[in-house]
Amino acid sequence: MILRLALLGLLLGLVLRPHAFVWMFEPFAPDRSTAIYDRASLLSLSLNHLALVAAASLAATIVAVALAIFVTRPAGAPFRPLSRTITNIGQSFPPVAVLALAVPALGFGARPTLVALFLYGLLPIFENALTALSTLPPRTMEAARGMGLNRWQRLAQVELPLAAPVILAGIRVSVMIALGTATIGSTVAARTLGEPIIAGLLTNNTAFVLQGGLIVGLFAVLIYDAFVQIENRLLDRRRKPVARKVA
Amino acid sequence: MIEIDHITKTYGDINAVDAVSMVIETGTITVVVGTSGSGKTTLLRMINRLVEPTSGEVRINGEPTHAVAPYLLRRRIGYAIQGHGLFPHQTVARNIASVPRLLDWPTDKINARVDELLSLFGMDPAEFRDRYPQELSGGQQQRVGVARALASRPDLLLMDEPFGALDPIIRARAQDDLKEIQRKLGSTIVLVTHDMDEAIRLGDRVGVMDGGKLVQYAPPEDIVERPASGFVANMVGDAERPMRLLSLIPVGDLTEDGAAEGAMLPDTASLRDALSACLWTGRDAVPVERDGAQIGRVTLAAIRHRVGQHA
Repeated sequence: MILRLALLGLLLGLVLRPHAFVWMFEPFAPDRSTAIYDRASLLSLSLNHLALVAAASLAATIVAVALAIFVTRPAGAPFRPLSRTITNIGQSFPPVAVLALAVPALGFGARPTLVALFLYGLLPIFENALTALSTLPPRTMEAARGMGLNRWQRLAQVELPLAAPVILAGIRVSVMIALGTATIGSTVAARTLGEPIIAGLLTNNTAFVLQGGLIVGLFAVLIYDAFVQIENRLLDRRRKPVARKVA
Repeated sequence: MIEIDHITKTYGDINAVDAVSMVIETGTITVVVGTSGSGKTTLLRMINRLVEPTSGEVRINGEPTHAVAPYLLRRRIGYAIQGHGLFPHQTVARNIASVPRLLDWPTDKINARVDELLSLFGMDPAEFRDRYPQELSGGQQQRVGVARALASRPDLLLMDEPFGALDPIIRARAQDDLKEIQRKLGSTIVLVTHDMDEAIRLGDRVGVMDGGKLVQYAPPEDIVERPASGFVANMVGDAERPMRLLSLIPVGDLTEDGAAEGAMLPDTASLRDALSACLWTGRDAVPVERDGAQIGRVTLAAIRHRVGQHA
């Protein structure tokens, strides 16, 4: 917990008061005046970065979960292999290639980045949702059917809640990938935390690279941790073994 | 009354269930017993249309089951299965309330019903209401499973090997509890099992299935005394037959006037208990009591005579 707070403090400091960290980045910069990236506010870059990731991950979640639900219904079963192929292709395209292909169609800026992040985020969510929905405990499903829950009730009240922790783990993986990949968006002029990194690479200024990298890294660690916390909370009571005996 | 009328289920060329007809009286326990692959589970699942019959029909109180949408039909029929199938993400109370919630009962009525059922199954509502299934023992999970199936006071309760996952001692208790609760509530139960002991112990009537056919459907005494075929006799077990028969007859039936020594048996105990007492104490008779007063005795000779009557 203390570690979490310390990391959060460090992150807030880096984003809100970057000049307080001159001492830290100075050794890596050509001179003292260029130790801190100040061509754009790190706060606005961070918010933009997170917004891009959130939008792309949200869209990927909706599409991937909907697709997984569809192919686990009897009507959608024939599309299962096809849907796997498509999401796998999405994953195997290098993000830079997606950006390069998307720019002519969508122009520079946030939009090609969104497309790349979205395509990239589909697979982990889809795979996890598919696994979770197709390995539900058969007895529980049988009981749900036998009790008279109709299809939608079974999906909403039994299948999705039971699959939720595994789906959430998929979303976590997808968000982690997106957080890192979004930095590449800066090559096509999306405003992300990739800006200081790319600026640093171009001007041979390691301090900028470190600064951007450190902030992205800290976001990743903290968001990852938050996801794990939620997943554990969902699983907490279900996992508990027979603990208390009846008197 | 449940009428199963020439019901058949065909998978490919095989009749999993072959023109089975049976009438189940309201307020009784009917046990369908058979080996695996005999079609007993398919028969059960056709009653609530988890399996659609190829031909034939089932009528509940005169109304054919195919006249209602399957999920509406199932809300009127309790369903309890082996390994309970409880929802792991819901509390005990929510699990039990599943069907009443589907039927839109008001909340206070649901809560009262949950507490009533927990008490009926010997589980303190205050202690168990908010637990999760994983926090219960196997026997408790099984009881919650049955409580859930009974929650909406269904016309009929279907049970598929409900005690299959329990160890023998807990199973015996669960069977006694079920019988007692059934008497108290007057429920109609159809139970499927591969265990002839369970069938004889619980059933008001027992149906024996073999290769998709109902080979005998009769009260348990008849199944034991007059098996309709070699298969049924085999299921009953030749060596076990006398004991099984005796376990079905209360000592009250054979009580005669006279004195006997030793500990008294209640008149509701079975002849098997009486025989066992005779053999263990080396005596020829056991005294029988009702409400604490001796009403007579049961002799070894009478027991022997009763067993010899089957032919």
